[in-house]
Amino acid sequence: MKLSHTFAIALVGLKTHKSRSALTILGIVIGITAIILIMSLGKSAQDLILGQIQGLGSKTIVVIPGREPRGPSDVAQIFSDSLKERDLEALQKKSNVPTLSRVMPVLFGGDTASYLGETYRLTAFGATDLITELFDLSVAEGMFFSESDIQSRGSVVVIGSKVKQELFGNQGALGEKIKIKERNYRVIGILPKKGQVSFFNFDETAIIPYTTAQQYVFGIKHFHRFIVEATEESLIPQTVKDIELTLRENHGITDPDKDDFFVETQADLARRLGTITDILTLFLVSVAAISLVVGGIGIMNIMLVSVTERTREIGLRKALGATEADILNQFLLEAMTLTGTGGVLGIMFGAVLSFAASVILTRFVGLGWTFTFPVPAALIGLGVSALIGLVFGIYPAREASLKNPIDALRYE
Amino acid sequence: MALIEVEQLSKTYRDGATETRAVQGVSFQIHEGEFVAIMGPSGSGKSTILHIMGFLDTPTGGIYRFEGKHVRHYSDKERAHVRNRKMGFVFQAFNLLPRTTVYENVKLPLFYSDVPESEWDARVRSAIASVNLSHRAEYDTTRLSGGEKQRAAIARALVMNPPLIFADEPTGNLDSKSGAVVMETLQKLNEAHGRTIILITHETLTAEHAGRILHVRDGKIEVDIHVAQRRTAHSHEFSK
Ligand SMILES: Nc1ncnc2c1ncn2[C@@H]1O[C@H](COP(=O)(O)OP(=O)(O)OP(=O)(O)O)[C@@H](O)[C@H]1O
Ligand SMILES: [Mg+2]
Repeated sequence: MKLSHTFAIALVGLKTHKSRSALTILGIVIGITAIILIMSLGKSAQDLILGQIQGLGSKTIVVIPGREPRGPSDVAQIFSDSLKERDLEALQKKSNVPTLSRVMPVLFGGDTASYLGETYRLTAFGATDLITELFDLSVAEGMFFSESDIQSRGSVVVIGSKVKQELFGNQGALGEKIKIKERNYRVIGILPKKGQVSFFNFDETAIIPYTTAQQYVFGIKHFHRFIVEATEESLIPQTVKDIELTLRENHGITDPDKDDFFVETQADLARRLGTITDILTLFLVSVAAISLVVGGIGIMNIMLVSVTERTREIGLRKALGATEADILNQFLLEAMTLTGTGGVLGIMFGAVLSFAASVILTRFVGLGWTFTFPVPAALIGLGVSALIGLVFGIYPAREASLKNPIDALRYE
Repeated sequence: MALIEVEQLSKTYRDGATETRAVQGVSFQIHEGEFVAIMGPSGSGKSTILHIMGFLDTPTGGIYRFEGKHVRHYSDKERAHVRNRKMGFVFQAFNLLPRTTVYENVKLPLFYSDVPESEWDARVRSAIASVNLSHRAEYDTTRLSGGEKQRAAIARALVMNPPLIFADEPTGNLDSKSGAVVMETLQKLNEAHGRTIILITHETLTAEHAGRILHVRDGKIEVDIHVAQRRTAHSHEFSK
């Protein structure tokens, strides 16, 4: 029997059972769309999370006050005040940490800023002018504060693009005064739209000299973080060791288990985030698997329901001269047409939906979201639905084709 | 050599503990060009015998030779080939594909044949015309009347021009006039084209067209009458 004839029969079969064909295709479309959507969004989320780490340079080390958390329930002493001015001075001494190229103290916290009745909830960020290099920042307008502003606890502020937009709209902001904690700060610089960098969204940040932040915003004498940069990436372990020794000596600690600070490198961070993204991936894969199973059960049901009717048809076709191979080829082509159509549609829908999601997330949520098309997910989805189609379409067909034609014709 | 040779053929259906001996050791031969009517009460095993001869069912005992070859020695492919090219079957229950037109139903056997596609349309149309169903060619088979279904089924059996035609009560659903038309068609196929015809019927009138009548009762052949003999039998009665 010619392939074109088998195909013609398969098509007639599909056309005769329009709703069954449509439902089968729908099951496949749902399964594959879900898988592609989930995997694509998951992959993008992972990229986003991992991209955060790259926001900080690879030579960067963060010193955090308090004890290092040893497990999920071990909440770090976030409010520890162990990092002080004299620690900063000690770290800056070349003899203590020779491989340190720069160190910046940092303070941050949520606060409300206002300007002429407009208010906006932002992150107040106390830093030094080194922030431009450590976080790769530059101003779009105006300038950054200088060493003398730090010395004099100057009331100057560099604001993020969102802060500018919310408080000033399209008006000029340079030289204007915004109020934070009952104190006026002169806007001397505006950051370009930057999005998320590491854990900070500088668009929603007001950066002020750290001395000013200690005195007037947080009212504390210590720091929330030290951001350290090593001279070379390969020297990070050495730098970490020297920082630990210096701070222990400063704090009079002899037992490392009693440390009141901890040091985190990019590698540590990547490892910690890696666990999160692994869990995320696992979760996504299970959801995708469930949607495939749901789609598969749909296909299976429809296939099985039609077995009675198809068994009689198989009996008739055999009575009229079809061989077992003819029957199997017909059902194979039918199943392939269904899964092929469903698969292509599902891949298209999945791609369009996840692309739309990436546009929405970028445009309206402001995440640096990128669209990724998960090729393995598409292949797995296609493979599994084809397999389901084959198993539940071909297996009963094979059973029927092995019967006496008359038994198949009598099948109820 | 006989076209069909049946020796001590039997068929027993088993359904758990119950055993139905539908055919219990029948033997006969049918030669090419014969017109045989099988008669007998309901449930006597007529359809079962016909199905076995038509390669649709397998016997549980005895021997069936088609064209001199034991049925067990036919491969699946050869059986399909014989069913497609050498036999036409009209089922008691028609067995037309639902939601499919008469035209498509009649065309089905051609898909499994080596008839060139260019001839298909002419073949299908002439088969449909031969049973006077041309006006219903594009009808969905579910919308046909019983008699029309029967004629569509006959057209399908004729489309491959098989040398052997099996028909299970082909006039069962027809009024006497259309029944007569069908029987004349079959008779013409037999007389003018030399086709072998084996049909099952309840009606003596229909059986009149045949050259031979096999009477089946309780799965056994009761009488095997050739028309010549039957005529003699009749004249005997008349002479009395
Ligand atoms: N698949 C089957 N399973 C069990 N018993 C069957 C099966 N097919 C037929 N029979 C039985 O075999 C016997 C013969 O059946 P068959 O169909 O050959 O009769 P028939 O002579 O064609 O009757 P009718 O004139 O009513 O069509 C019947 O008693 C029937 O019940
Ligand atoms: Mg019968």
